[in-house]
Amino acid sequence: MDNNLKETVRVKADNINFFYGSKKALNGINMDIYANKVTALIGPSGCGKSTFLRLINRMNDLVTSSRVEGQLLLDNKNIFDKDVDVVELRRKVGMVFQKPNPFPKSIYENMAYGLEIKGVKDKKFTDEKVFESLKKAALWDEIKDRLNDSALRLSGGQQQRLCIARCLVVEPEVILFDEPCASLDPISTRKIEELIIELKQFYTIIIVTHNMQQAARVSDYTAFMYLGDLIEFGPTEKLFTVPKDKRTEEYLTGKFG
Amino acid sequence: MIIKSINTQRLGFAALFVCIIIALLVLGSLIYFIFSNGISSFSWTFFTDIPRKSMTAGGVGPAIIGTIYLVIGSIIVALPLGVITAIYLCEYSPKNLIVNIIRLSVNNLAGVPSVVFGLFGLAVFVKLFNFHVSILSGSLTLGILILPGIISASYEAIIAVPQSLREASYALGATQIQTIGRIVLPAALPGILTGIILGVGRAAGETAPILFTAATFYARTYPTSIMSDTMALPYHIYVLMTEGTHPEVQKMIAYGCALILLILVLAVSGIAIYLRQRQRRKYG
Ligand SMILES: Nc1ncnc2c1ncn2[C@@H]1O[C@H](COP(=O)(O)OP(=O)(O)O)[C@@H](O)[C@H]1O
Ligand SMILES: [Mg+2]
Repeated sequence: MDNNLKETVRVKADNINFFYGSKKALNGINMDIYANKVTALIGPSGCGKSTFLRLINRMNDLVTSSRVEGQLLLDNKNIFDKDVDVVELRRKVGMVFQKPNPFPKSIYENMAYGLEIKGVKDKKFTDEKVFESLKKAALWDEIKDRLNDSALRLSGGQQQRLCIARCLVVEPEVILFDEPCASLDPISTRKIEELIIELKQFYTIIIVTHNMQQAARVSDYTAFMYLGDLIEFGPTEKLFTVPKDKRTEEYLTGKFG
Repeated sequence: MIIKSINTQRLGFAALFVCIIIALLVLGSLIYFIFSNGISSFSWTFFTDIPRKSMTAGGVGPAIIGTIYLVIGSIIVALPLGVITAIYLCEYSPKNLIVNIIRLSVNNLAGVPSVVFGLFGLAVFVKLFNFHVSILSGSLTLGILILPGIISASYEAIIAVPQSLREASYALGATQIQTIGRIVLPAALPGILTGIILGVGRAAGETAPILFTAATFYARTYPTSIMSDTMALPYHIYVLMTEGTHPEVQKMIAYGCALILLILVLAVSGIAIYLRQRQRRKYG
């Protein structure tokens, strides 16, 4: 436990309740997410993992008639405050989705999009960022000769790594992954997992997964959620070997979920 | 059991095949009929000259140009209005009863007989706004006529753009306008193009809406401004077939006009199909 204290908290959830209309999806979530670590959110389907994740870049703003209570601090600033610029926030907090969602554009256009909408005109700067991000996402060698090809011609695994690379271009600090391997084959999954471990030296990473082996392989911390509650949170090794809560243990041993 | 279901399937395929053949035959014979009758009129003067000798000689140039103007005018009216309406309905409006009523009204508008649009154009554009019988009045009337189609096609195309693309865009820090302009509309373009083709076909071919708003029986010159009245192909066909003293000669000229109309519409479809294919080849 002692070495945890040295770690910086990058994202702090402070008593968060979330409602879809009148349906409560999150019940008083408190959680610390540490910088340059991978935090996994696990739990049975519908327990609120995605809902929680999508609060961190305020993607839930898009859901009409949803409501949030409590605070979510990013570097000690509440991201629900009125004066927070959600565009700025989303540049700081990137997101990779369950299904690869490249734009129906070329690989290069996909990569440059984040800068284009930011108003960057400098072609050389854009090139540099695009190439650098593709290298960081371990995709460069595979696609460097066909940057002008449609992104939709890539394999599913490559598309997902492109989506990861695409979000690196705008230099986020935190990256949210919502079941990024759910639609991928084992080899592509392995590549993405390696990439996530590689990327944590630069970014704070939160990953939703319903694959417990995956959580065990990639994460430093794990949060187990159940029916909108955060049941247990701790270092992955501890949570997997000596779970404190009976429900965590039952979930980990496959008794439900 | 299995044999029986295979037989049913064969029967189904055969029925489908027959239907397709019938449809193709109808279409094919129509095109053949227009083509074989119309082609004899074609000559350079037919395209460029004005009608002469009480419409038994000369050409139909002003009618061709008039129809092209009216089509372009109606697209200029209907396209921005239709696409913006569709964007509003898909992306901005709350999904509630009022929006459903609006959509229902738009769909019903598509079923209103075109002569009603013609009367509306006469009352509003020609008389009330005092635009007279002109290309302007005709374009506005035709524009309103094809507006429901453009809205529907655009709406379907925009709503079909996967939500995941919008999310990807927002997650990268795009605003709503940027997301619509750079992601949603380009992705919806093929569907919107289909709406435009149908609109062009309709605007080019309709007679009733321009009867009181734009068309003139006979013009010695090409239209000179959007305030001129104009000849137009469908109305000219109507005139050739119902008036005048040399029905046999006039009939052949009418077929020539019909063929031009067909070619115009097919050309626009061809361009749109080409654009759609190009986008699909590039990004499909
Ligand atoms: N847009 C929405 N509107 C209403 N209810 C939703 C919406 N999204 C999710 N929910 C509900 O909220 C709960 C949590 O969903 P979610 O966060 O997606 O779960 P998970 O990602 O853990 O599978 C579920 O009961 C789900 O049905
Ligand atoms: Mg989920």
